Amino acid sequence: MSPAAPTPSSSTAPTSELHLAVALDGTGWHPASWREPTARPREVFTARYWADLVAEAERGLLDFVTLEDGLGPQSSHFLDPDERTDQVRGRLDAVLIAARIAPLTRHIGLVPTVVATHTEPFHISKAIATLDHVSSGRAGLRVQITARPNEAAHFGRRAIPRIEAYDSPDARETVSELFDEAADHVEVVRRLWDSWEDDAEIRDTATGRFIDRDKLHYIDFEGRHFSVKGPSITPRPPQGQPVVTALAHDTVPYRLVARQADIGYVTPHDTGQARAIVAEIRAEQASAGRADEPLHLFGDLVVFLDHDPAEAASRRERLDTLAGEPYTSDARIFTGSPAQLADLLQELASAGLSGFRLRPAVLGHDLPAITRGLVPELQRRAAFRRGYEADTLRGLLGLARPANRYAAATA
Amino acid sequence: MSKPLKQIHLAAHFPGVNNTTVWSDPEAGSHIDFSSFAHFARTAERAKFDFLFLAEGLRLREQGGKIYDLDVVGRPDTFTVLAALAAVTERLGLTGTINSTFNEPYEVARQFASLDHLSDGRAAWNVVTSWDAFTGENFRRGGFLPQEERYSRAKEFLATATELFDSWDGDEIVADQESGVFLRDAKAGAFVHTGRHFDIEGRFNVPRSPQGRPVIFQAGDSEEGREFAASSADAIFSRYATLDAGRAFYSDVKNRLARHGRRHDQLLILPAATFVLGDTDAEAAELAREVRRLQVSGATAIKHLEFVWNRDLSSYDPDGPLPDIDPNTGDTHISKGRAQVRMYRDPLATAREWRELAAANGWSIRDLVIETGNRQNFVGSPETVARTINDYVQSDAADGFILVPHITPTGLDPFADKVVPLLQEQGVFRTDYEGTTLRDHLGLDPLPRS
Ligand SMILES: Cc1cc2nc3c(=O)[nH]c(=O)nc-3n(C[C@H](O)[C@H](O)[C@H](O)COP(=O)(O)O)c2cc1C
Repeated sequence: MSPAAPTPSSSTAPTSELHLAVALDGTGWHPASWREPTARPREVFTARYWADLVAEAERGLLDFVTLEDGLGPQSSHFLDPDERTDQVRGRLDAVLIAARIAPLTRHIGLVPTVVATHTEPFHISKAIATLDHVSSGRAGLRVQITARPNEAAHFGRRAIPRIEAYDSPDARETVSELFDEAADHVEVVRRLWDSWEDDAEIRDTATGRFIDRDKLHYIDFEGRHFSVKGPSITPRPPQGQPVVTALAHDTVPYRLVARQADIGYVTPHDTGQARAIVAEIRAEQASAGRADEPLHLFGDLVVFLDHDPAEAASRRERLDTLAGEPYTSDARIFTGSPAQLADLLQELASAGLSGFRLRPAVLGHDLPAITRGLVPELQRRAAFRRGYEADTLRGLLGLARPANRYAAATA
Repeated sequence: MSKPLKQIHLAAHFPGVNNTTVWSDPEAGSHIDFSSFAHFARTAERAKFDFLFLAEGLRLREQGGKIYDLDVVGRPDTFTVLAALAAVTERLGLTGTINSTFNEPYEVARQFASLDHLSDGRAAWNVVTSWDAFTGENFRRGGFLPQEERYSRAKEFLATATELFDSWDGDEIVADQESGVFLRDAKAGAFVHTGRHFDIEGRFNVPRSPQGRPVIFQAGDSEEGREFAASSADAIFSRYATLDAGRAFYSDVKNRLARHGRRHDQLLILPAATFVLGDTDAEAAELAREVRRLQVSGATAIKHLEFVWNRDLSSYDPDGPLPDIDPNTGDTHISKGRAQVRMYRDPLATAREWRELAAANGWSIRDLVIETGNRQNFVGSPETVARTINDYVQSDAADGFILVPHITPTGLDPFADKVVPLLQEQGVFRTDYEGTTLRDHLGLDPLPRS
C-alpha cells in the first residue's frame, strides 16, 4: 500500500461508518511525550486536565475514550518495575477519573480500565453501574489482567508465578488461568448488573413495599477462583449492561473477548493479519455459543499525525531521541497525515474491523489532530458521523439494550 | 470570663438506605439518579456545610430469609458517586463510608488519594468494620472476622493506608521538560508493610494528594471502636444526638485523647441527627408526628419488633397488643446485614420494658414503635431548631451534626434556607468557606509532609 497520497479508490468504494475511540494515558503513548510543549505534564493529576482531553474528544464526536490504569507504577519493562525518573510515573484511578468527567460531558462514552486480577467483581460491578448512572448510560470498562509479581506484592493475597519465557508451558498455564479468572470476573459483573430487574423499584404505598423483591436475584456464582452471592447493592444501570471491552493479542485473550466482550481491541499490522485475527475471534465466538451476538472488533494504532507527513516522522524521531531509544509498541505505529490515516483505517476496516481505538503519541498534539484532522477527513468520505445520534454508549455503537437474563428466565 | 462560642460543624447525610426516608411522600424523588445527588450536594454547598456523607452496606439486608423491602433499597458505589459530585461542587467535603474488612489497603488508598486529587482536597473516609459472614458472601476473600479481629484489621488497614499516603512526600514531581527529569526521586512511593493482616510491599502509584490523606472518620461505638477513634480518627460519626447521651459520649471519647497524645480539638464528635421544621413549634410537632407515622407503617412496626423478638411475628396485628411470647435468644438472628440489631443486647429486658410501656400507655405495636424509635432530634420552628442545635454544641453534646433529612433529595432545602441564616446571625456558623479543603472546613491542622 502506498502511503503517499489518498488513493482514489477509497473515495469511490462504498464506505460504511467507522467507530472511533481514543486511548488516554498520561501525556500520550510515547514515553517522551511529556516533554512536548503541548503536554501539560504537571497537570496529569488534576481533574481539569482530563476534562479538557475528554471535551476535545467529544468535540470530535468520538464514540468513547478509554482510560489506562494499573495497580502499580508504569514501567518500561513488561513484567518488572523500573526506577526511571525521565518518564511519567503515577496515575489516578481510572474509574474515578471517568466519574469526575461524566457530569461535564453529554454524549461521549467513558471506558476506564479495571484490573480483574486483584479486585473484587462485586466492587467493580457497582462502580461501573454507578458510572453508568452518573453519565446517564455512557459507561463501559476495559478489563485487564496483570501477571506482574510486583503488583501481586501490593496486595499480598496471592503469589503469581513468575513468567520466565512466554512460550513455556508454565507461562501459558499462568496466563490462561489469569484470563479464565478474568472471564469469571466479567461473568460476575454482568450477572450483578442483571441482578435487579429494571422495574424492581415499585414504591407501592398500599403494601408499604419499596421494591418487589421477586425482581431482585441472587446470582449464586461459583467459580474456580471465587464465589459471589449477590444481588448487587446498586440498581440495574441505565444501559442494562455497560459495554465490556478488552485488548487482545493472542488466542487466550481472544477467547476472553469472544466469551465476554462487546468490543475487542486487536493489533493487526496489516490487512492480512487483521483478516486472520478477525477470523480467529469469530471462530472462538461461535464456539462460545455467541455467534449471533454483536461483537465489535476495533484495531488499535499508535498515531503521530501532522498535515505534513514529514513533520510527523520528524516529530517521532525527535521524541525517540529524547527518549534515548526508538519507540516500539504492540500496536502498529502510524506516522503521517490525517488523509493517509483515513486511507489506512478504511483499508483495515475492509478486513472486518468495525472501528479503531487510536493511541495518540502526544495527547496535546495528536488528539486534536484526530478530532480536527482525521474526523473531518472521514466525514468527507461519509465514513464518520456528523453528529451524535444517540445518548448512550450502546446507542452510539449500535448495540441494543440487552434484556435482563433473570427476567427472561421467569417470563 | 465566659467561654468563647464554639463554631458549629454541619454536614449532610444523603438519605439512602435507612429507616428514616419517607419514600412515599409525593415530593420524594429518585435515590439513585445522579440528579438527586447533585441537588442534595448543591444545597449543602449553598448552605456552606462542611461535607456530604454517604453510608455503605455491602449486601442487601434480609429479614426472615428474604430481602427487606420496606425501606429504600439500593445505593450507588461510594467512590464513583463522590468523584462525580466533585464535578458539580467546589468546596463541599466528600465523605465516603468504606469498609476495612472487604477491601485491600492498596486499592482503597489509591481510590481515596485519587478522590482527593480530583476534588482538590475534599475527600474523607469513614472507616467501618463490617461484622458478618453474610456480607462476606459477596467477596472473594469471603468469610468474615470475629469482633476483635475486625478492629485489629481496621487499625492495621488504616495504618497501612497511611503508610501508602505518606510514601510520597509531595515534591517528587518535577516534570522539567528541558532537563527531562520527571521524578526527583526514583523511589517515590516505596513502601514495606509487615503485619498480622497485611504483608505487602512495593510502590504506591498515586502522588501525594492535596490534603496529604483523606480526613478520617470512625463510626463504631464499642470500647474498641472508641479507642480506635481516639487514637486514629479526625472525627466520629456517632449515634448519640440527644443532650444527655451526647454529653456522656462526648466526654468519654474526648477524655481518651490525652492518652494517645492528642488534643481535645483533634477529634470532632458529629452525631447523625434528623429534623422536622414548621412555621411554629406546634406546627412542627404535628408534622413530626405525621412523619413518624409515614416512617413506621404497620408492616414496618412488625419488622421492627422482630429485631428484638428475633422471631417471625407476621401473624401479629400491628394495631393490636405486643406479643406475650418471649424473644428468641438463639444464636442466629432473623435479621441480616443490619448494624441496628446490635442495639438490643439484652432482648429479654427490652421486651419486658416495651410491654410495660405499651400497657401503661395503651399503645399498640405500631404506637410503641413510633413512640420509642425514630424520634426526630430537632423539631420546631427554625428559631427553635437553630437555638437547640447551638445549645447542644455549646454544652458539649457534640461539635456539630450530620443531618439526615427524611425526603430525598429536597429535604435539606428548608434547613439551608431557614435555619442556617439564623446560625450565621448568631455568629456560630460560617457565612462563607474560609479555606478550600475539608481539613480547612473542619479546623484541623494541616498535615506535615512526611
Ligand atoms: C452512627 C453509625 C453509623 C454507621 N454506619 C455504617 C455504615 O454506613 N456502613 C457500615 O458498614 N457500618 C456502619 N456502622 C457500623 C460500624 O462501623 C461498626 O461496624 C459497628 O458499629 C459495630 O462496631 P462497634 O461494636 O464498635 O459498634 C455504623 C455505626 C454507627 C455507630
